Amino acid sequence: MPEKYQWQSALATLGLEARALAPVAEPGVTLSERRVGTQLVIRGDAAEAEFAAGVSSVLGLDLPTEPKTAHRKGDRTLLWLGPDEWLAVVAGEGEDRLAVSLAEALVDLHHAIADVSHSRAVIGLEGPRAREVLMKGTNVDLHPRVFAEGSCVQAHLGRCHMLLHQLDAAPRYDIYVHRSFAVYAWSWLSDASREYGLSIASSGAVR
Amino acid sequence: MLLIECPWCGPRDDQDFTYGGEAHIARPERPEKLSDEQWGDYLFMRSNPKGTHLERWVCNGCRRWFNVCRDTVTDEITAVYRMGEKPPGAIKKAGRKS
Amino acid sequence: MTSQPFRRLEGGLIDRDRPLTFRFDGSTFTGYAGDTLASALLANGVTLVGRSFKYHRRRGIVAAGVEEPNALATLREGNRQEPNLRATQVELFDGLTASSQNRWPSLDFDVGGINNILSRFLPAGFYYKTFMWPAGAWMFYERFIRAAAGLGKAPLLGDPDYYERRHAHCDVLVVGAGPAGLSAALAAGRSGARVILVDDNAALGGSLRGDTATINEVPALAWVDEVGGTLEALENVRILTRATAVGYYDQNLITVCERVADHLARPDPHQPRQRLWWVRAKRVVLATGAIERPLVFANNDLPGVMLASAVRTYQLQYAVKCGRRAVVFTNNDSAYSCVSALMGGGVPVSAVVDTRASGPGDAARKIVDSSGVECLFGHAVVGALGRQRVTSVEVMALADGGSRVTGRSRVIDCDLLCVSGGWNPTVHLFSQSQGKLRYDEGLTSFVPDASSQAESSAGAARGELGLDACLRGGIEAGAEAARLAGFTPTEDVEAARCDHVDEAPVEALWAVPLPARRHGKRFVDLQNDVTAEDVALADREGYQSVEHLKRYTTLGMGTDQGRTSNVNGLAILAGLRDSDIPSVGTTTFRPPFNPVTLGTITAREVGADLAPLRLSPMHDWHAGVGANFVTVGLWLRTQFYARPGEAMMEAINREVLAVRNAVGMVDVSTLGKIEIQGRDAAEFLERVYINRWTNLQVGRCRYGFMLREDGFILDDGTTTRVADNNFYMTTTTAQAGPVMAHLEYYAQTVWPELHVHLTSVTDQWAGMAIAGPRSREVLAAACEGGDVGDESLPFMGYLESRIAGVPVRLFRMTFSGEMAYEVHTPSDYGIRVWEALMAAGKDFAITPYGTEAMSVLRIEKGHVVGAELDGRTIPADFGFERMQKKDRDFIGKRSLERPALAYGPRKRFVGLISEDGRKIPRGAQLVWNPTAPKPVPMLGHVSSTCYSPNLGNYIALALLEDADGYQGKLLYASSPLTDSHVPVRVGHSVFIDPEGERARG
Repeated sequence: MPEKYQWQSALATLGLEARALAPVAEPGVTLSERRVGTQLVIRGDAAEAEFAAGVSSVLGLDLPTEPKTAHRKGDRTLLWLGPDEWLAVVAGEGEDRLAVSLAEALVDLHHAIADVSHSRAVIGLEGPRAREVLMKGTNVDLHPRVFAEGSCVQAHLGRCHMLLHQLDAAPRYDIYVHRSFAVYAWSWLSDASREYGLSIASSGAVR
Repeated sequence: MLLIECPWCGPRDDQDFTYGGEAHIARPERPEKLSDEQWGDYLFMRSNPKGTHLERWVCNGCRRWFNVCRDTVTDEITAVYRMGEKPPGAIKKAGRKS
Repeated sequence: MTSQPFRRLEGGLIDRDRPLTFRFDGSTFTGYAGDTLASALLANGVTLVGRSFKYHRRRGIVAAGVEEPNALATLREGNRQEPNLRATQVELFDGLTASSQNRWPSLDFDVGGINNILSRFLPAGFYYKTFMWPAGAWMFYERFIRAAAGLGKAPLLGDPDYYERRHAHCDVLVVGAGPAGLSAALAAGRSGARVILVDDNAALGGSLRGDTATINEVPALAWVDEVGGTLEALENVRILTRATAVGYYDQNLITVCERVADHLARPDPHQPRQRLWWVRAKRVVLATGAIERPLVFANNDLPGVMLASAVRTYQLQYAVKCGRRAVVFTNNDSAYSCVSALMGGGVPVSAVVDTRASGPGDAARKIVDSSGVECLFGHAVVGALGRQRVTSVEVMALADGGSRVTGRSRVIDCDLLCVSGGWNPTVHLFSQSQGKLRYDEGLTSFVPDASSQAESSAGAARGELGLDACLRGGIEAGAEAARLAGFTPTEDVEAARCDHVDEAPVEALWAVPLPARRHGKRFVDLQNDVTAEDVALADREGYQSVEHLKRYTTLGMGTDQGRTSNVNGLAILAGLRDSDIPSVGTTTFRPPFNPVTLGTITAREVGADLAPLRLSPMHDWHAGVGANFVTVGLWLRTQFYARPGEAMMEAINREVLAVRNAVGMVDVSTLGKIEIQGRDAAEFLERVYINRWTNLQVGRCRYGFMLREDGFILDDGTTTRVADNNFYMTTTTAQAGPVMAHLEYYAQTVWPELHVHLTSVTDQWAGMAIAGPRSREVLAAACEGGDVGDESLPFMGYLESRIAGVPVRLFRMTFSGEMAYEVHTPSDYGIRVWEALMAAGKDFAITPYGTEAMSVLRIEKGHVVGAELDGRTIPADFGFERMQKKDRDFIGKRSLERPALAYGPRKRFVGLISEDGRKIPRGAQLVWNPTAPKPVPMLGHVSSTCYSPNLGNYIALALLEDADGYQGKLLYASSPLTDSHVPVRVGHSVFIDPEGERARG
């Protein structure tokens, strides 16, 4: 199992654990590195009942067919990426078997599964001013009337792309960025947060 | 900056899209059967109308290609429709060079 | 000088308990919180604030807002210095430092003032006529003219502040928070629609801040406060003050410049100075008000000549008296409220000069009747008199419908002349939105006609000048906008009530005629120093189109954009041409409405945030050993690893030799990587590559070219069959994005029937190439279990294995020409695998190398990269024509059969060796004789060049016409840019191991 071996996340270079120790009074924004576990891109035809059922049976989540929505249960998330494309995010031990299980469940269907667990870094963003920070860098409307808990969208963040997922109404967001852009995205977000008071939290779940 | 409605992601600024030229130009089934002139026509000749233009765009969010009907004078977008679909209603593709 | 002699003791919206000290042109003054720089200067009796653009004439403050043409000041000092700010828009703060512009050495004594004396030799078009001849002489004149021209100087020091961008979306955007805008925001906000209300000023109210009207039986400002409070309490309404809507673009995108900290000496820590809002609105209500027009008469630019509405605003809002004794000159009723403001504030009015023979309407007449001011109807001010400022005005009777003046002139003493030539709706944003304007005869100005976008105008902005009309029009526009955005306006929002004032109509008088045998400049455009005579001259010289007039005379240009001058100028031109104003038309208003500092547009995209820097998974390792980095596209890559005391070329040569003689390792994580899956994946590859793919076995790699449909090479790369229906493609670093887009385009739009799925996995995999004769030994030492010999991992073979306990993908392929492997591992394990390979290679003296050595190795081997695949080359240029499938179609095949590509003649790929040991210049052209008469025939060009430590000489790759014919011949690599012309010997493009034995081991 690779878990027991040394690995280095995209944001390790920033030394965030040490920075998380510095307390900030009433932060408007809190940033954290999120370690989410296995990420798989799943492709297939949502109109095929067997496909949706197959994905559901393995992940325990309904396939989100409504554009720009995500389904989440515990530490499992299934995000809509396109009309025939989803991202499954599953935390916990031993989940590298997930791709195999999915492939077995979908064996007779036209589908594709790509392991992208290392493709994206995930940054957690929350706090009363979190939405303000994002609106500096994305032209997507994030007003609660149109983007709420369970919404996700692929958009710009400054000069890079992100997959944005709103986890709750606080608001709390997960921001997925391509790994090589992670340091840029982090520094962009922390710069943009500074005027509201920025706190850095310790990492979330460990892969 | 244009506001374009992706059939899946909804309205977004044009920086979230990439332009892909005139729509409904089918790649010939048997390119080897075409004369140089016919192939050149497929490759290079476009209608370039003043007014209604059917064109292809790709959404940089969901990465799907789709068709847009845009007025080249006013930049007004009157319809968007999916790849493989025909332009809705009364919209006609501007005539190719005869 | 701190007494503020022109400040009234009471009244106004300033805070007398908060005195502020400021400096202007080196003198210290005081003002109060609530002042603008302009009102504080006027309170201190400062009337001279600038020199004019061309003639360097003395200029004073004319207006109280955004329309001010004269009072442009440079604000602050040092690295925060900013030129060309309107004193009327600069909020006063303690310690403010400002200086006047366009004068030298001082405002009172300005050497440039000689231009005023010479002005008869400086007509419109003077520069065009004088300095463009003889041809080429402009180069000589330009530096003198540039030094003398312009308003204000750009700062030379870096800006210490930062700026923000902010996107926003709303159902209704209301621009302007005067009576119409507040009403519109209220109606729209109550419906539940998401509303953004923006206003230029620090506080809401617009024109009501200098008004004595009552609304809903309370003073206007009390009503403003009440509505403001209501709006702030609505969670769906956002109010932005100190925010100017500056640009109106396609599909209701409006940019709004918010001056977050300009009213402070310096921004708070982490506070942006300005923020540019990009607002996308479903509906827009433009309640931008109207701007008063000046009147055009001789010496109308003297300090002391001011807009009547501005005088009233200074009097009422700022408690500032603009003079000691006034004359009011008007062609409409609005200036009469200035009379009452002046009289009420202790400034005697000597006379009201009204161009209309019938005089004003009842309400206005009541004002002059009760105050006993002398009224001269059917008269005009023909000239302002005075040197430093107005000391008196000369008045004559108008005759023949205003086309001439008659009778004896009368001189009336005053130091303040308040003028009103009617009102222009502020249609700039409407015009930017592509809306069409209509000339309104009754109003004598342009008003919005047909909208081009989801927008409407309300109040004075659409020509409804009365307060009651503004309040009613605002409510209607706001409710309608909310309805069209999908909301239901509430029933209980009705227009606020106020008295209706009956006014007599305005009477056009575009330029007061000069009395017979008299001279004097009648300025149309104060900012650009354009006079009525300049307009006439342009007309005589044939610049009759309004757009030509603008460019010839500069009328309506600059930061002013014709706010006060546009309609007067057009009307004068129409009069000269005996045509009506609508047929003359108007010039185009362009964004921005108000100047925006470049920093605000750039926002935080400066310095490190200008562009993302993509980092390799092994970046920390490279940094840890002190690698020298270079940016390649967005990527930060290791250029070379210099040892202590080692020069760049020494390091590169050492790295190259290590690979050729032992083993080296390079980070290739930046390569594009794409997973191609589905039962038609192989068929898809057949169509996009020039070579064959269906016969590729699982566990094997193949090199291939991809073309564009026009036949030219898009990219080269290697693709591996990982499983039956699963291919792993690598692309060059630079083309990763374009190749993915190209493949997606064909998969989705051209062959949607193919079952193929593409996933970019560039970031999923860390990649490292180990190359050199000892590379297999290193790999064998590092790999856990499994043989990596020729049997299990032959040339162009693929194997899945483990290194340091983590999964790796092994590819036996070479870029350097040596025996080489690529090792890919999931990115988070990148450093671990890299370190394991370094450790395993220690006994073989493994050497990490960078992009420079990699480049030398591939040039020595004659491998092509982007420098050769430059969008103008085809496979045959590199000798790859045999790779092309003959029996079936692929993208670009048909184009290769077109005569120009099929039969040539085309330049082909060759190698060059320096004949005399000199460096072969980059980008050089290949010529027979560099000293031949120009143009020297160019036979080809150098695409890549380097020093080869293996050959001990400079070598290059090139594309050369008649490549076979020139083999072995001597040519010159000629670079006029660097003036180097190096003799080179033409040879084969592969310098090392042309048989390819090393790679196969």
